[in-house]
Amino acid sequence: MWNLMPLMRRFMPALVLVLGSAASLAHASDPEAWAKIRASLFQDRPIEEASADLLRLDAPNRAEDAAVVPIGIHTGIEQGSQRFVQKAWLIIDQNPSPVAASFTYTPDSGRADIETRVRVNEYTLIRAVAELNDGSLHMVSRFVKASGGCSAPAGKDPAEAAASLGRMKVKVDGVAEVDKPVLAQLMISHPNDSGLAMDQLSRNYTPAHFVREIQVSYADRRVLTAEVDISISENPNFRFYFVPHGAGELSVEAIDSQELHFRTAVKLDPGTNLAASVRPAAGS
Amino acid sequence: MMRAARRWAAGLLCALLLPAASPQAMPAVLPPLPPLSVQQIAPGVWVHVGLIGDFAADNAGDLANLGFVVGSRCVAVIDTGGSRQVGAALLAAIRLHTTLPVCYVIATHMHPDHLLGHAAFRTEPAEFVSSVHQGKSLAARAAGYLTRQASQLGAQAAGTAIVPADRLVDGEMVLDLGGRHLQLRTWRTAHTDNDLTVQDDLSGTLFTGDLLFVGHLPVIDGSLRGWLAILPILRTLVHGPVVPGHGPPGNGSEPFQAQERYLQQLATEVRAALKGGRTLAETVAQSPAPTGGWQLVELYHRRNVTAAFAELEWED
Repeated sequence: MWNLMPLMRRFMPALVLVLGSAASLAHASDPEAWAKIRASLFQDRPIEEASADLLRLDAPNRAEDAAVVPIGIHTGIEQGSQRFVQKAWLIIDQNPSPVAASFTYTPDSGRADIETRVRVNEYTLIRAVAELNDGSLHMVSRFVKASGGCSAPAGKDPAEAAASLGRMKVKVDGVAEVDKPVLAQLMISHPNDSGLAMDQLSRNYTPAHFVREIQVSYADRRVLTAEVDISISENPNFRFYFVPHGAGELSVEAIDSQELHFRTAVKLDPGTNLAASVRPAAGS
Repeated sequence: MMRAARRWAAGLLCALLLPAASPQAMPAVLPPLPPLSVQQIAPGVWVHVGLIGDFAADNAGDLANLGFVVGSRCVAVIDTGGSRQVGAALLAAIRLHTTLPVCYVIATHMHPDHLLGHAAFRTEPAEFVSSVHQGKSLAARAAGYLTRQASQLGAQAAGTAIVPADRLVDGEMVLDLGGRHLQLRTWRTAHTDNDLTVQDDLSGTLFTGDLLFVGHLPVIDGSLRGWLAILPILRTLVHGPVVPGHGPPGNGSEPFQAQERYLQQLATEVRAALKGGRTLAETVAQSPAPTGGWQLVELYHRRNVTAAFAELEWED
């Protein structure tokens, strides 16, 4: 592999001046940033402004803690076999890696809703784009102000996060009913390191180490696949729905950028009261 | 990933190289600030009390408490302020009271209001001292800190740069200033993951860094549980003046109790929310304003609730 560091060192000051001035001009609504993201994800496909009853994006007006900004994507339609959301993207225009996540759903997802937490550094537009099974695209966006003070989109206790790497919790709250959407929460202990921090003395980068994919199935039927990135907060956290058609196991597999696999599962018997249930994750 | 890495890398390199790479950006034309006001709280122990607020053009980032301790051989500086300008004004204040060289510049933690003045001390024969954990955490934040500081301070940000530490503390370390010693101590993750306290052996003066806030709402950028756990230990070290990271210096333990009450109240409230099945967004939205007459609640309380929630949800 080519060592680009000497080159980067040599040319970075010039590059930095260019990027630096571009960054200072970049405002909340940065049509150029979105144009690039749009071209790479959706090419020239038409994107409709979503009606409120189809798609809603919940985000705070201000990122209180830049490292942990709660985001919710809520859809107004039930996942039927005729009409359903097959994919949704969460996009943060001004983040270094703007596509925070894409979520692939099935009719067994029940509702194509998701709540998670992201890192937000600058004033930015956050977008949710939903693709229906007819291929149509629908978008909502929200403006989020950066946080004040010394808030930063980095982990608070990376040593702790690394020490409990891969520990997972899955919770299903309340009473699950057959054929009705059930809300579940998934927590993964992981530093989700961006790999973008440079050691000031060695000028080397710490390697990226982040959760890149999550697969959730119930009774061996896929209910959610998430491709995620470094914009997701340390200790990735997701709330999502699935539909149980009978007794089964809700199983989760998370795969990180170093190809570590983490698995956990919880058994369900719809109709019985489901207290929070946890089983230690098995790493491989 | 590579594009993203390059973009963040560029920002970081910008932060680290720009001052050196473009001499015309150095503050040759920027008029220096007057020497900082300092008070002598014990013989040879001086403190500058920063403003309670956020970075703004009219304060040059003079927000944290800064100190210096004068031995018979040399001077140690504890935190340098939020810009090169403030660091230079601190050095000017030191020169009003001693001609001894500065041999140590100590950072109590990674936050920008405490260490962005370091560059002003490059003219001194000083070693830059920090917790062994500071480098990585600061590296992850440096580009953002400098970008935001520059946008908030404008011209006053000129010349500011990250100065890497060259003496790292892991546990305890003693620094000899001639005729007096400073005891440096690192802590488990609390306010941040790289907190460091400094105690003078002659006067007993304890510089807590941001492990203690007075008046200014405490800010959690590390671990609420860790912070609550170390507070009783920190209090046992008090046998002389106490210099908090923000707010007026004092002697007694009341400020520790006030801070502990806030942090404990926060933990209780968030644990109740978790038990009640509330989400992070709901908990933040429903959090009542804290009691205790704190300043900067609007800026930091909801952030603290967020950090506490993300930490405490892993408890059971």
